[in-house]
Amino acid sequence: MKARVTVTLKSGILDPQGKAIEGALKSLGVDGIASVRQGKVFDIELAATDKAKAEAALKAAADKLLANTVIENYRVEVLS
Amino acid sequence: MKSAVLVFPGINRERDMARALKLASGNETAMVWHAETALPKGTDLVVVPGGFSYGDYLRCGAIAARAPVMDAVRDFAAKGGLVLGVCNGFQILCESGLLPGVLMRNAALKFVCRDVHMKVERSDTPFTRGYNAGQVIRVPVAHGEGNYEADEETLKRLEGDGRVLYRYCSPEGVVDEASNFNGAAHSIAGIVNERGNVLGMMPHPENHVEEIMGCTDGRGLFAGLVQQFEKAA
Repeated sequence: MKARVTVTLKSGILDPQGKAIEGALKSLGVDGIASVRQGKVFDIELAATDKAKAEAALKAAADKLLANTVIENYRVEVLS
Repeated sequence: MKSAVLVFPGINRERDMARALKLASGNETAMVWHAETALPKGTDLVVVPGGFSYGDYLRCGAIAARAPVMDAVRDFAAKGGLVLGVCNGFQILCESGLLPGVLMRNAALKFVCRDVHMKVERSDTPFTRGYNAGQVIRVPVAHGEGNYEADEETLKRLEGDGRVLYRYCSPEGVVDEASNFNGAAHSIAGIVNERGNVLGMMPHPENHVEEIMGCTDGRGLFAGLVQQFEKAA
């Protein structure tokens, strides 16, 4: 089973890397970029075949390690 | 004072720390591997040193914070044992939940490696008793993620409870924007937990303890810790 965990900074948390990318895009002349926030994507393969169990495992992974929930939100998606 | 320095893969300041501790206390320091599940018997002080544990993968300190030895450190701290985290050690303590907040990328996105000044906010703690309140000391920093951030409520509590022990300042002791080189909230260089027995700080006092280093301003921190245990004994 394949899954994806996406970790993003909570709104209000300063993201200097996102800001730098935003600036670089503007200097490249890419139009219409209002703002950029950088996050992380984890593509994970699971042994489980049960969707609910897989989601529980992924949630545990995100809570325990993948995200720092003080500053980050995460989203879990089971892909197949 | 019996101290234990934790060793994680990728840590590189553990020997500097052990040397500074020995210089201050006269005792050998135990080096404790991250996979250990217990601290040496009779440990007075646990130090989480600086470096780049696990190559700063995922988030600085994130993987080290989940190492087996950290459960022993959590128990030790819960019983009132003194824990000092420097640089990556500060990041590890925040990631492990022993200290509130988080260390973000430096506001200017640059790795900063130079001497800075910081002000000792109070002298009535085990981590600052070797200094006078208001004293300005010169210490080296070497980090890319030292920009301390916490939510408003946490910052208010830290300030209200006098838990900010060290703050970046000018050589004259003025806390201002210009001296806050990494953009930390309230110019925070070091904080303690609620109980006051766990300190995390970004600068490296262990690298300013001998004449040959060009400055000995870091000595006070270690001398104070040694005094703390002499007094208790």
